[in-house]
Amino acid sequence: MTTAKAEAAQTSGQFSTFFVADLFFGVDVLHVQEVLRSQQMTSVPQAPGVIEGLINLRGQIVTAIDMRRRLGLPQRAGGQSPMNMVVRTVDGAVSLLVDEIGDVLDMDSATYERPPQNLDPAAKELIRGVYKLKDKLLLVLDEERTVDLAVGKAA
Amino acid sequence: MDNICLEDQETIREFLVESYENLTRLDQDLVELEKRPQDVALLGNIFRTIHTIKGACGFLAFSTLESITHQAESLLSQLREGKRSLTPALVSLILETVDATRKVLGTIEASGTEGSITFVDLTERLRIAAELKVDLESQLPPCVSTAPECTPEPAVDKNSAASQESEQPVKAENVVDAKNPEEKWEGTERRKQSAPKDEDVERSSAAADSNIRVGVGLLDKLMDLVGELVLTRNQILQFNTEREDAALNATSQRLNLITTELQEGVMKTRMQPIGVVWNKLPRVVRDMAVALGKQIRLEMDGAETELDRTIIEAIKDPLMHLVRNSCDHGIETAEVRLAAGKPAQGLLTLRAYHEGGQVNIEIGDDGAGIDVDRVKQKAVENGLLRPEQADKLSDREALSLIFEPGFSLAKTVTNISGRGVGMDVVKSHIEKIGGVVDVFSRPGEGATVKIRIPLTLAIIPGLVIMSGGERFVIPQVSLLELIRIEGDSAGKHIEYVHGTPVYRRRGSLLPITYLNQVLGLKSADGAEAVSMVVLQAEDQQFGLVVDGINDTQEIVVKPLGKQLKGLTLYAGATIMGDGRVALILDVLGIGQRSGVFGESREQARVADKQKVQSEIEQQRLLLFRSGSFDRLAVPLSLVARLEEFPRSAIEHAGGGQVVQYRNRILPLVSLRAVLEPGAHSQSQLADPVQVVVFNDGDRSIGMVVDQILDVAEEAVTVRQKSNRKGLLGSAVVGKRVTDFLDLNEVIRASEGNWDKKADGQGNTKKILVADASSFSRGMIRSGLDMAGYIVLEAANLDEAIRVLEKQPLDGVVAALDFPPNGSSALLAAIRRRPEWEKIPVMAVVDASDHVLASAVRSAGFQDCQSKIDSAAILESLAHLVSAANTAGMVSECVGEKG
Repeated sequence: MTTAKAEAAQTSGQFSTFFVADLFFGVDVLHVQEVLRSQQMTSVPQAPGVIEGLINLRGQIVTAIDMRRRLGLPQRAGGQSPMNMVVRTVDGAVSLLVDEIGDVLDMDSATYERPPQNLDPAAKELIRGVYKLKDKLLLVLDEERTVDLAVGKAA
Repeated sequence: MDNICLEDQETIREFLVESYENLTRLDQDLVELEKRPQDVALLGNIFRTIHTIKGACGFLAFSTLESITHQAESLLSQLREGKRSLTPALVSLILETVDATRKVLGTIEASGTEGSITFVDLTERLRIAAELKVDLESQLPPCVSTAPECTPEPAVDKNSAASQESEQPVKAENVVDAKNPEEKWEGTERRKQSAPKDEDVERSSAAADSNIRVGVGLLDKLMDLVGELVLTRNQILQFNTEREDAALNATSQRLNLITTELQEGVMKTRMQPIGVVWNKLPRVVRDMAVALGKQIRLEMDGAETELDRTIIEAIKDPLMHLVRNSCDHGIETAEVRLAAGKPAQGLLTLRAYHEGGQVNIEIGDDGAGIDVDRVKQKAVENGLLRPEQADKLSDREALSLIFEPGFSLAKTVTNISGRGVGMDVVKSHIEKIGGVVDVFSRPGEGATVKIRIPLTLAIIPGLVIMSGGERFVIPQVSLLELIRIEGDSAGKHIEYVHGTPVYRRRGSLLPITYLNQVLGLKSADGAEAVSMVVLQAEDQQFGLVVDGINDTQEIVVKPLGKQLKGLTLYAGATIMGDGRVALILDVLGIGQRSGVFGESREQARVADKQKVQSEIEQQRLLLFRSGSFDRLAVPLSLVARLEEFPRSAIEHAGGGQVVQYRNRILPLVSLRAVLEPGAHSQSQLADPVQVVVFNDGDRSIGMVVDQILDVAEEAVTVRQKSNRKGLLGSAVVGKRVTDFLDLNEVIRASEGNWDKKADGQGNTKKILVADASSFSRGMIRSGLDMAGYIVLEAANLDEAIRVLEKQPLDGVVAALDFPPNGSSALLAAIRRRPEWEKIPVMAVVDASDHVLASAVRSAGFQDCQSKIDSAAILESLAHLVSAANTAGMVSECVGEKG
């Protein structure tokens, strides 16, 4: 429990939130570069399936990762265009394609808990922890692991 | 000045710029110091600055400057250590030193030498001030520069000595100059004398004024920004074409021009002469020459050739390595050279020049050249090649072996070279920046390594193509030509070698791959014409069929994210005029992915081999047509005769078709049914029916074909393996692609109506055909099958042993180049087991091998025959097998008796 608290201390703070399917996620707001509407996408043939394509972010070429596929969730309904949540990682900016963008929320470490052990393997590696909100749960996404496609492959 | 080599010029220029900067700072610092004499840090700064200049002077052998600054330094060091306090007089004295230094620097900039003023007076005063610790206040002369004391003699001596010293190892060919220093320095001296007089401080610092130092990081940033600007410009231009607005048009045109100029300008800021790298080489060569006891002269041509600094960085080490190699391996010792009738002094040439948007760098020597035979021998020793392979290599192929990892020709490992690491690294380094390395050698005359590299990596010209509705860019460097096949002929011009598309380009077959297929995209339907780009990477060419070809563009290469790094298909991405991202194709990766590459290299090797063979022996082939196969071939040696029967003569017996032939029943096999099961129908048969009859002894079989075409006595040039049932592979026969029939398959198809026992032949001898090439195996097998042997195949030693262990064999036919270690290894393995001892083993060779049958026999093989001479193989095998049987029976009998 003490380790969980220590983790919570690290993970507490402001979170930029978003929805993927019915899941409510948060990324440390300091790691978010910007949020964009649906962008023109150039697909990359033969690329790993989770990679939706490349977008031109003011001259910078950014890889877009489809969060639904990354988390092993069903495809987005036709006509629903995803939002780009551009996160800064050690290897540069990467865009996470999410369904909807939520608010920036202040999180209290008291409501933090580690993810359940029986979490879906596809998501387990990517979710750092859970904040218990009043009406729902906020899943803390580990963006570094999310953009590292080697993570979760073995699972 | 002209004679001062580039190295010195460059160093001196740097020294000047740096010193001027230092002096300016010194002026400020000294004035500041006067105000705050206790500022230790400031004093330390001044001391260091003077020390730096002194150090550089000593390095460059500017002795006058060195002595002045040395004295100033000692004075400052006393100040620093607190041995004395700073007085205005002292400051003036140091400032005077600064002025004197600046003056000398001016002279150096103008003439390349220190000039004749030695500042003896100043030096002396500095020395006195430092040594005697005299309070200079009283005896200080006014702060004006001392009158020049002309002491030309020592100056000349020093200068020429200094310059010679730095020059000699570099340009030893200037023997005349070195011997006649007076003549050389006359002109300089005149300048020297006039220089100090009209040289004033402002003019002399031109080098500092016209140069500023800019961080590389800033230049890179600028380059990035220009890249962005180029992209934005492209977008504006595209936008402009969509509207008719005169003002916008004019503005965008202007933007276009300015951007292009800016791009060129910024590119230039990153350009450096290749001399920057070469500068280090004279010293390297000199040291190597001394260490190796050789005489080597280095000539450099085109040192001013400019390259992007990232590329300069990348070629630094490879160049160094190549030069060391040339010194060590290329150029011989003086004695050897004289004995070979060459001048004692070896010549190492470096050449750089622009050609077709690329930079060529050549490193050549007039040494012994590369001994191709030794390369091969070494390759065999190092296990890179098998001996038989080595014999077949062309000189050029053999030379390229030196780029293989772990290859070294050096007889002994020295600290200079011979460890076998290097050439492969050189190659990979050069290839990493999109360059190509070639090596040429003339035995006894020398070797040349030629490197071709692109000018810059940041912005490259590229061809925009379409595939599956997406745009892709192909770097222009890899592009050879564009081919468009119009209308109806589109399908016909692309031929299929058993499903693999090829295109006949100026008489040779070009393998084709479809970009849509490689990328897994949907192909555009109903295209009237086929667009193809012919690409080259690593000496290999292939055609890439695309949906459309747009235009060429200057593109800015941007790296892909880490998530896509694993994809070898793309070299990067770029942003197009409309703001969308387009992927840049990696030609090498595309080639490898589509398989055009790996195999065609093998193919090329085989083709080479075949060419040699075809010159010696041509194979006679029977050509015929069947169903959708327009051109099929079997070796004529296997064909007994060609017959025509009226269709009505065909009868049915035992579930198959037969025909009465020479008082016997000849079973018929329809080739169509074998090759295209399902599509076969009797009614489609021509009348009369054309039949190819194969027989051996009493057994015969008739193969029904649509039409007999020809008997070709052609050299088989290109061979390609096939995986299709009934076919061995494809080759070009009579300039057309021809499929080779697998007779074995035909016979198997006929087994239903071919009763071996009824024929009374019953030859159940088992023979192992051991050959790496399935094509060769097929050829040999066809003959053996016809003779009724049960044929087993093995492609390598392990397989062969497995086959041998499974069943008793009556004979082995092994190709001489049987992998991994040749057929001798197989023979040894067989002879090692007592139960296999009696199995006759026969070697088969390619006609090109020039192997003496007697030599092979002496190696333990019972016989040796040419692979394509099936009749000889059969005869020999029959003899060997029966002999072995008899021997076996004898030994059995003996065993029973005993």
